[in-house]
Amino acid sequence: MTLTHYLVLSGILFSVGSATVLLRRNAIIAFMGVELMLNATNLALVTFSRMHGELTGQVLAFFVMVVAAAEVVVGLAIIVAIFRTRRSASIDDVNLLKS
Amino acid sequence: MTFTAPDIAWGALSPVLIVLAAGVLGVLVEAFVPDRVRRPVQLVLTFGALVGSIIAVAALWSGVRSSGGRDVLEGSLLVDGPTLVLQGALGVLTLLALLVVADRTATGEDAFAPSAASVPGSEYEDLARRKGITQTEVYPLLLLATGGMMILPATGDLLTLFVALEVLSLPLYLLTGMARRRRLLSQEAALKYFLLGAFASALLIFGVALLYGYAGSLRYSDIAAAVATPSALDPLLLVGAVLLLVGLLFKVGAVPFHAWTPDVYQGAPTPITGFMAACTKIAAFGALLRVYYTVFPSLQWDLDVVLWTVAIATMVLGTVVALVQTDVKRLLAYSSIAHAGFVLTGVIALDDAGISAVLFYLLAYGVATIGAFGIVWLVRERSVSAASDDDESDEALRASVLGEATHLSQWAGLGRTSPVLAGAFALFLLSFAGIPLTAGFIGKFAVFSAAVEGGAWPLALVGVLSSAAAAFFYVRIIVLMYFTSPAHESAPDAPGAVEAGAPTAGADVALTTDDGAGAVATLVAAPAPTTTTTVVPSEGLAAVAIGVCALVTVVLGVFPTPVLDLISDVARFLP
Repeated sequence: MTLTHYLVLSGILFSVGSATVLLRRNAIIAFMGVELMLNATNLALVTFSRMHGELTGQVLAFFVMVVAAAEVVVGLAIIVAIFRTRRSASIDDVNLLKS
Repeated sequence: MTFTAPDIAWGALSPVLIVLAAGVLGVLVEAFVPDRVRRPVQLVLTFGALVGSIIAVAALWSGVRSSGGRDVLEGSLLVDGPTLVLQGALGVLTLLALLVVADRTATGEDAFAPSAASVPGSEYEDLARRKGITQTEVYPLLLLATGGMMILPATGDLLTLFVALEVLSLPLYLLTGMARRRRLLSQEAALKYFLLGAFASALLIFGVALLYGYAGSLRYSDIAAAVATPSALDPLLLVGAVLLLVGLLFKVGAVPFHAWTPDVYQGAPTPITGFMAACTKIAAFGALLRVYYTVFPSLQWDLDVVLWTVAIATMVLGTVVALVQTDVKRLLAYSSIAHAGFVLTGVIALDDAGISAVLFYLLAYGVATIGAFGIVWLVRERSVSAASDDDESDEALRASVLGEATHLSQWAGLGRTSPVLAGAFALFLLSFAGIPLTAGFIGKFAVFSAAVEGGAWPLALVGVLSSAAAAFFYVRIIVLMYFTSPAHESAPDAPGAVEAGAPTAGADVALTTDDGAGAVATLVAAPAPTTTTTVVPSEGLAAVAIGVCALVTVVLGVFPTPVLDLISDVARFLP
């Protein structure tokens, strides 16, 4: 079991996450895709940290978690505000702004 | 095991600390200070913090000029010349933007929803408005965003870079969704900005992870040393570097990461658009400069392909799409995309002249942008039916003045009705276009000559050609303002009142329809012919900001040498 496997897993999770953001229509699901990308990053950081034998990567992983939590607060506030106005969280319905 | 406390140079951190501390204080003010005095308290606090921060930058200046700067917090922040220039510019521009943000019309309306969390058109919103409940969390949010922006160009490691980027972005997402009028558009803009912004910062942090995997450190200097020595892990480095650049290019709105820009600029409250357009760009370009000049110079051959493509696409697409816009805010948004391309040519130049050129360009562009959006905020739609034009009483104004007149056709004849404002707008447009005797010309000249010196003459050529094309649509607006008669003069009673929801019955109806869903559709489609264009009388803060911006634009255009010298004197990055 080499550490590279974790990196491959992290890459797969990151791709799944970005595909979710780009393809899914529901704002909450798209946002969950972003969270998956951040968590894939955390896995990569912790693995690299282990490979290099030092702690910086793990510290950064904590910061990413904190930032992700802050992002959830702001993001859900915006999504809920929109949902209460329109009764829908689909990003296809938000189409008033067009050139 | 003993704990060694890090040695912190508080003095060198003071510009950032003052702003962030005032932001935190502002949150407390929001919670504890009674409603009536809250706005003045917030204003004094915000103004004081920004002025204090500018003074702190000035106090640090001579020390940094003689020593070349120093690292703070064990190298997490680098306080050197470019940092101070950018922090000073951010302080000044935020102060100008704050004047526009804080301004209210003669009827006491600022640009922000009194209760932004309420559902547009709901009973609760109505109740809150009748009781006069007004929230002022705009000011602390503005300060927190400014704090993040001031940290971003000073970062010395990738962790700080990521955190600073988020600290500046999160308040901006919220500010975008807080417009008083056209609230659905505003909320929609906030959602788009948030989803795309979060996506971009996820890409950035994955790039950071890959760079950490490559170099084994987050410190810029360590990564630069690792980059200079070839190893078998080059793909890791390249992918990481590109992802990191993508995250930053998203913030400056470069093609193909520009998709959010027009929507967000259009939907956000106009004073916030001005702030965002000027200051976010400054902060992100500052970080981009530092990363490109100090971390990746030995990768130049690999990254040039990416950056050249991005720069050319940005200049060309920004200009071409701006040509066909009919909405002032969208037009300025595409023009800001084109400007991001021009600044990128200076970044790619990768020589010392490039640094000071980019810094000067950002200052010139930021001043004109805040002024231009300040004017857009003042030019309003006014419903003809609700009150006659010469009735200037408060009640009549409240009933008849609607949202911003953003459709270009509504700007026709503005030069005749309000010559001073139209003159200032023309000046800012000329500066955007890069006409001599304005700051924009000096900025463009500096950036393009730096690009030629750095060997990137094809970029400079594309830049000059697209500025020439861009001059066309800037001049078109000036022609529209001065040589076209106002559209409504010909057909004031055209049918369309019914379509627009007939907002004729006084204050409440006009406000609610404007906020609600029905009006949004009509306002987006085309301006209802029942409105005229008027310049709304305000408390005068925005006028001060516009005046200062116009003055600075002219002074920087006619006597640029002192400022250019001041900047190029210190424009060297700490290694």
